[in-house]
Amino acid sequence: MDLERYLLLSAVLFVIGMYGALSRRNIITVLMSIEIMFNAVILTLVAMSRFITPAAARLPGADPADVAHWLLTGQTLAVFIVVVAAAEVALGLALVISLFRHKDTVDVTEVNLLRH
Amino acid sequence: MDNLFGEIVFWALAVVTVGSALLVVTIRDVFRAALLLATTFMGIAGLFVMLNAEFLAVVQILIYVGAISVLLVFAVMLTRGVSEGNRGTPVQPVALTVAALLLGVLAWSIVQAEWNLLPTDLPAPFEEVFITTPQVLGRLLISEFVLPFEIAGVLLLAAVVGALALVRESGEE
Repeated sequence: MDLERYLLLSAVLFVIGMYGALSRRNIITVLMSIEIMFNAVILTLVAMSRFITPAAARLPGADPADVAHWLLTGQTLAVFIVVVAAAEVALGLALVISLFRHKDTVDVTEVNLLRH
Repeated sequence: MDNLFGEIVFWALAVVTVGSALLVVTIRDVFRAALLLATTFMGIAGLFVMLNAEFLAVVQILIYVGAISVLLVFAVMLTRGVSEGNRGTPVQPVALTVAALLLGVLAWSIVQAEWNLLPTDLPAPFEEVFITTPQVLGRLLISEFVLPFEIAGVLLLAAVVGALALVRESGEE
């Protein structure tokens, strides 16, 4: 039950983030919800990294000393997600500021320039 | 984690994380939502410590709580005034239904899947990896994952340049 409860917790967080991203008007809250979703995914990866046997260690005749470092594949992936999330939030907020300058609003339902 | 202390810490962190995440998506004041988001991030950092990922816990505090939350607070301050409150969109009931359905599917698949779990008493080299996480992680990043590592650097540079280009005052050459 150790792995499952972390996965269920991150599923709950992901769903909360998705609900926020779909249902809020303020674009900054939408960005915050996306950050919650990113964090849920990172939590999944770290939990997997802690509790799942890496594929290399499942091969017949695998020496634990040689495959031990594959245990941290999930954590490595999490590091990359943090990098991408930081880039995403920097660009997202730049877009928000630029939108606010041009349209004087942060309401996602009022931004319909591309609608025919 | 079969001891009582670990159980208490896990449930406390889970309640703090989920509770503040729920408040982030429901509270009206956007500024308070940004502060609650920092609480969510810190709860997740605590869960990382529980999962033997101390390096990621520190990264989480530095980047999410330290940088991303502050950036969001800045954005809230810069756009405040017009954004009175944080109302829902007309698709709110649809969003709630989709979210509930997704949670059901995820919970069902998590519970019924057969996970290839690690043995409870880890072999000595595996135990060693979880004690020296930063060293192993650093070695992985410059050996097996060196290409994604370099690409991540280029991505960050592009993001910084792009953000600067977007927020530059127009007409200023």
